[in-house]
Amino acid sequence: MSQTKQIEDSAEEDRVSGRRAGPSWDSLRKSPSYRNRRIKDKVIKILVIACPMLVLVPLLDMLYMFVYRGAQAMTIERLTTMTVGGAALGGGGLANAIVGTLLIIALSTLFAVPIGVFAGVYIAEFSGNNRFSQMIRFTADVLAGVPSIVLGYVGFLLLVLEFGWGYSALAAALTLTVLMFPYILRTTELSIRRVPDSIREGAIALGSTKTDMINRLTLRFAIPGILTGILLAISISVGETAPLIYTAGFGNYIPSALLHQQVGYLTGIVWSFSQIPSAEAHDLSYLSSFLLITIVIIINIVARVGLRKFTKI
Amino acid sequence: MVKSARGIRDTAYKYATALLGSSAFVFIFVIAAVLIIFSYPSIVVYGRSFLTTIVWNPALSSNLIQVHGFPAMSGASYGVLVFLAGTLISSVLALLIGVPAGLGISIFLAQVAPKKVAGPVSFLTELLAGIPSVIYGFWGILVLGPFLLYTLEPALAHYLSFMPWFSGPVYSSGMLASGVILALMIVPIIASISRDAMLQTPESLKDGGRALGLTDWEIMRKIIIPYSKSGIVGSIVLGLGRALGETMAVAMVSGASVNILPKTFFYPINTMAAFMVLNMDSAFTDPSAMFVHALVEMAAILLLITMAVNIIARARVRHGFVSSSEGLVRV
Repeated sequence: MSQTKQIEDSAEEDRVSGRRAGPSWDSLRKSPSYRNRRIKDKVIKILVIACPMLVLVPLLDMLYMFVYRGAQAMTIERLTTMTVGGAALGGGGLANAIVGTLLIIALSTLFAVPIGVFAGVYIAEFSGNNRFSQMIRFTADVLAGVPSIVLGYVGFLLLVLEFGWGYSALAAALTLTVLMFPYILRTTELSIRRVPDSIREGAIALGSTKTDMINRLTLRFAIPGILTGILLAISISVGETAPLIYTAGFGNYIPSALLHQQVGYLTGIVWSFSQIPSAEAHDLSYLSSFLLITIVIIINIVARVGLRKFTKI
Repeated sequence: MVKSARGIRDTAYKYATALLGSSAFVFIFVIAAVLIIFSYPSIVVYGRSFLTTIVWNPALSSNLIQVHGFPAMSGASYGVLVFLAGTLISSVLALLIGVPAGLGISIFLAQVAPKKVAGPVSFLTELLAGIPSVIYGFWGILVLGPFLLYTLEPALAHYLSFMPWFSGPVYSSGMLASGVILALMIVPIIASISRDAMLQTPESLKDGGRALGLTDWEIMRKIIIPYSKSGIVGSIVLGLGRALGETMAVAMVSGASVNILPKTFFYPINTMAAFMVLNMDSAFTDPSAMFVHALVEMAAILLLITMAVNIIARARVRHGFVSSSEGLVRV
């Protein structure tokens, strides 16, 4: 307020005397209102720098704890023997959990990628944003918001019980497929939309069919983005526990069939062994956490940094 | 017009991909159908009282009777009020802690941080989003629990004892532990999406502010935040959606209470998701199967709540949940 008055007064003076307009920089610099604004600015900056510290401290503590203690707990034996389960014991190794995780993720990716990618192709290329594709997009968004425990419960009731598959790798994989599908759909659609129209027009000008144009050209350009989406969907699935507990159970052996045999998985080890009060169980928990965090970090680095180099557009 | 082989191939491709696209409808239909079919007995037998009853008692040792044509246990009472309270209060607490922290980080990344710092901090923040929730729960048991039990909660009980919500005995798991863990999980979501929303502010608007002599904070407050408000609000609502559905970490630190409503911030709580994961198989010990039906009804209620929240959020965030040109954030 005082600043405005200052400006008005000196403007008045200048109009009368013909001098250059405005208060002097010196008087402005020393005025209390200006100094208040600068102080507020600096205080906010300090607060704002404190925020990431507050959040990064637990994160770094988490990373340190699990990476350090996990690495300490790593022995070849632990990585290659099977878990000896049971609430009282909780020992052995992680071989079944590692193989189980890989198996379930591989299966669910195998199912989710074709469905998600080609559904994305439809929305991005064929539909012209009609009502049908808008509904697909909306439904995929709704699916993405379904809590994973609810998805797991439905998988349990439908696949494990009604269909009679029992706790099995296939039940777990199908549940995770539904989990991954919306993410892959969305990233495929966005990656394809990012491909410039000029490329498509060039293909049409040369007489290409729509099928060829998509398969041979557009998808080639969209692949880095699509791969990023798939990798991140995998990273999400690797960390999921709730849907797996009741669709894969937990198996202490590597399954020989996709149905009727329980499967182990790393997150399941962390879930059950972290609550068993024995050093052996906790060591296995640390090791599982270490493996999980390593997988997530690697996928994140590959997806964000590595694929950026391959994005031509 | 001649229908060429090439034209047919194109049409076939179009219909094939459309069919795959409609798998989304199949998935959601199957989920809804299973939930409705399996919860129907509980809806019929317990009706509206399901939402207001505190006591969850399967009464497995009482007699099997028939109610409205469905088998039920005579002494049984099912109600989700405790779990609704636990879910909602812990999520609100998570927002109270997480929104300021998340927005602070996004302001830091969007404006204050020099480029060399912003990159790694951004990466670390998005890494936080990808860490599995059981690991958060494990960390909660090992580190957060003792910290709350020996340091933070006694301090709160001492200084804030005039408020009834901070009195009474302290525990290592409970409302506060759940709220803090959930806050840690939603901070990356809020931070990433808000940061991206803020970075989309046109440079010309910011330059106009600089030309007028605004300080950085004033530019943020008067230009950037109003411009990105819908993205920021969307990120907060998305974070809320994540907190509501979060299962494993909360199951490990919530204290798994039953049949009591929390009276202080230190009380153990239970959320719908955590209760479900802890009881899904023991539900089958009920000879009337009403435990299963009631649990599925709880799942349906949880789904409805999170669906509503997520739909509101998607309407506001600009590009769905793809937060940056580099990829997506787990929401």
